[in-house]
Amino acid sequence: MAVWLLIAGGSLHAETQAFGLEMPAADLTAETITPAVPVIAQADPYTGDMIDPSLLGNDPEAAELEAAATEDELMEEAVYEGLEETSADVDLLIQRLPEGSFNDRRAVAEELAATGDPRVPVVLTALVEGRLLATGDDPPRILIRAETGRAGRDALTGEPVDADLIASGRRIPVHNPLRNALRNLIAVATIAAPDPERRAASLRRLMRDDVSPDMLTYLDERVELETDPRVTDLLLTVRALARLNVDDPEQRIESIALLRGSLLSEVRVRLEATATRDDDPEVRDAARDALDSIESRIRFFRFTENLFFGLSAGSVLLLAAIGLAITFGVMGVINMAHGELIMIGAYTTWFIQTLIPEALSTSILLAIPAAFVVAGIVGIAMERGVIQFLYGRPLETLLATFGISLILQQAVRTMFSPLNRPVASPEWLSGSLYVNPILSLTWSRIYILVFAIMVFVALLLVMKKTSLGLKVRAVAQNRPMARALGVRTGWVDALTFGLGAGIAGVAGVALSQLTNVGPNMGQAYIIDSFMVVVFGGVGNLWGTLVGAMGLGMMTKFLEPHTGAVLAKILVLIFIILFIQRRPRGLFPKKGRAAEA
Amino acid sequence: MTQKQWLTSARTPGLVLALSLFGATVQAEEPIKVGVLHSLSGTMAISETTLKDTIEMLVAEQNAKGGVLGRPLEAVVVDPASDWPLFAERTRQLLEQDQVDVIFGVWTSVARKSVLPVVEELNGILFYPVQYEGEESSRNIFYTGAAPNQQAIPAVDYLMNEYGIERWVLAGTDYVYPRTTNRILEAYLKANGVADEDIMINYTPFGHADWQSIVAEIKRFGEQGKATAVVSTINGDANVPFYRELGNQGMSAEDIPVIAFSVGEEELSGMDTRPLVGHLAAWNYFMSVDTPENAEFIGKWHDFIGDTNRVTNDPMEAHYIGFNMWVQAVEDAGTTDVDTVIDALKGVTVPNLTGGMAEMLVNHHITKPVLIGEIQEDGQFLVVWQTDDLIAGDAWSPHLPGSRDIIADWTPPISCGNFNTVTQTCSGQDY
Repeated sequence: MAVWLLIAGGSLHAETQAFGLEMPAADLTAETITPAVPVIAQADPYTGDMIDPSLLGNDPEAAELEAAATEDELMEEAVYEGLEETSADVDLLIQRLPEGSFNDRRAVAEELAATGDPRVPVVLTALVEGRLLATGDDPPRILIRAETGRAGRDALTGEPVDADLIASGRRIPVHNPLRNALRNLIAVATIAAPDPERRAASLRRLMRDDVSPDMLTYLDERVELETDPRVTDLLLTVRALARLNVDDPEQRIESIALLRGSLLSEVRVRLEATATRDDDPEVRDAARDALDSIESRIRFFRFTENLFFGLSAGSVLLLAAIGLAITFGVMGVINMAHGELIMIGAYTTWFIQTLIPEALSTSILLAIPAAFVVAGIVGIAMERGVIQFLYGRPLETLLATFGISLILQQAVRTMFSPLNRPVASPEWLSGSLYVNPILSLTWSRIYILVFAIMVFVALLLVMKKTSLGLKVRAVAQNRPMARALGVRTGWVDALTFGLGAGIAGVAGVALSQLTNVGPNMGQAYIIDSFMVVVFGGVGNLWGTLVGAMGLGMMTKFLEPHTGAVLAKILVLIFIILFIQRRPRGLFPKKGRAAEA
Repeated sequence: MTQKQWLTSARTPGLVLALSLFGATVQAEEPIKVGVLHSLSGTMAISETTLKDTIEMLVAEQNAKGGVLGRPLEAVVVDPASDWPLFAERTRQLLEQDQVDVIFGVWTSVARKSVLPVVEELNGILFYPVQYEGEESSRNIFYTGAAPNQQAIPAVDYLMNEYGIERWVLAGTDYVYPRTTNRILEAYLKANGVADEDIMINYTPFGHADWQSIVAEIKRFGEQGKATAVVSTINGDANVPFYRELGNQGMSAEDIPVIAFSVGEEELSGMDTRPLVGHLAAWNYFMSVDTPENAEFIGKWHDFIGDTNRVTNDPMEAHYIGFNMWVQAVEDAGTTDVDTVIDALKGVTVPNLTGGMAEMLVNHHITKPVLIGEIQEDGQFLVVWQTDDLIAGDAWSPHLPGSRDIIADWTPPISCGNFNTVTQTCSGQDY
């Protein structure tokens, strides 16, 4: 973990020196996390004056606005309050937005953007986000639904309207190609927006297309005026990209030197094009050289990324297997219903989420102890009801627990329906930690990695430091002796199984954030769990940790070369061969206990 | 005394006549048995249970209308438990023991392949309601789901024309439907001038949950300066972690759209839809389609199932079409005799739920419109494009070298499911 953070921190630092792009781009990534809230959602604070580049001188004023301009509604307010005279032509155009096909709508939007009316960016943003509504009147009233709450305002006048009218409006439909076109229009209109994030977003958008050298004079002006260092960096990049198209080869080589450190994919694509298509061989060489240096940096980050993928795959394996490390590893019960205990944990998460749908974070946190208790109780019931009569008869235990697993699956199907249950992720569990354009780490995986380690440490403490742990180990090592010393072995068995089952339940909470919650989910984990425990060494918690991480890494480093299907097969073959050589796994139990 | 006993004891013809005026003769006749072959347990129960309910609803509705040929319908439901060999056994049971006149059922291609020899041997009728990979036409099977040219090909055309997509990721679960569909798509894309290096094909195991590396790879593939799209034949359970990973790695539908052939309303109802908004699906029916037929169907479904939150989906529409086609063919033929009904089914035309008419073709596939929908937050689709005309289903893809010259035509003189138009022979294999 510490090593990992060091790597992440180091690369972040390196990136800052090379090209201070991470902040604006980081925000961009954050915006695209949840497609439900489209990119512009977080930052559309802009006023009408930014449309006309000649008004760039307004920047100081705009900077003042910026402080207050954190909320979209405030900015809408600013636009509509500053509205003095409205053009009837623009009004008519806005009213035409609901008509016709997507392509008609696009044509109207382009006409609107050309008018330079201050309301246009606000209206187009609402349209992109699906917040622009039209009533059934003739001509229709165009309304903007507020981002929060059910009220809104009139798109033409900005007058507030009540929730009833908003509810009666029909959303003006948009589709992806139209959204992209609208975003381009908005980007052009916001290149000088008061909010630096908006300006950054606009520049990132511009970069996608070939930047024409005609823009150079304008870009030079912007570089002079720009106050935010991150946006300045982006501006310099865009300017360098534009200069790749100028006639003078010297200038082209200069701008290649400037682009050398950038990890942005747009830059790579342009350099690649220059390296293959430029007329001047020197320019081609320079571009090739720059590309090579970028590639070698990328390779490093790819490796880091793979390392993270491996650790995260390992952490999922660890979570799934750690309960089994108790029931199978310590107690020796071949528990085929282990996967179903994970499923019960996941269903508990779903159930709590349906009880308090508005508090996602709380429901997830509440689900952890709840899933532990529910799965633990089911586990204790299983142990007392069936397994306790079958100790020392592994084959029968296997069959009985397999039967229980089928019963649990069908019970869930009958009780809740065979359909999957949707479990939502809270905001902090979605999206990713942005390091640079190549490397970003998904939050859910990071949290699950940390969570898996926490569960592991907690379990280790329980086993080593508590009296229950002592008794569990005593019973596992020598049952008759433990009983002779006054340990109630039956009670310890039940609690141990309950502990293992409870931890499986907790794993279910974490897995509900990654995958489906349905009656079959447990089956996906049972084989992997056994694999980890057997590979790591039965009865050894550390073995489970190393086994899980090792298998996770192996899968993730194989996958890019072999594909997911073959990687799975290769890992399985490896384990079979490994068990042939070392039947007791990586860390076998030693001493007298091993023979028990 | 039950009603039936009471009726048989009533020998007075006048009384029977009087009762028949009240529609009670339905009870007097031997019922027509309708077999329902859908998994109610095991992995496929998630999709198939709904279809069992659909047929039960259609049967109840038909009985309320007075049955077929004056006889009531009776649904015989069996559970093949998502177990492919069991599908064949249950089919045998339905045809031999229960003597059903028609079977509605089966979801996966592998189950269909195991049922096929049994329905052919025992001469039954099977209506198969799911979109599939094509390359098959049996005399005893009627395919009411989409063939590849009614789903995959139009979807790719749409992305090429509307989005200007130049790079393609064909991602699928590793089994027969995605592999065949992707083979057809690959051939089609190459025929349309897409270069080898602009196509990435990726297969994952069933229920694949760890999509980190694959999504990262797709992202890199899409960062080469050309518009990129993902054509997904990823099946069932693997979709949730796939879309979640897409969302978490910051790939939006505007940058790299994903068009799916296996994600419908039913699947969406079990997912957190936020990461999917804006992505696409291609089907022949969406619940959101605004037609009077569809509104009526949804209303009936909600009444039958007793839950207004339940959704309708494409395979349900296929069953609706198939069931109505069978009813009409039986009424036209005046008998439930299998051979007569098979002949009567060809050319039968019934309304579909999207405002058009579905016709049963001589190759046992039907005509369908193709719709492309964008996923909305509420788990419904916004239709963004649809074909102007109905598309006739191809049993054999013209894009694959092996099946280019093969046609299916179950009318004389050909009467063959795999007739080679070049050699003028019917290979007569079991497919």
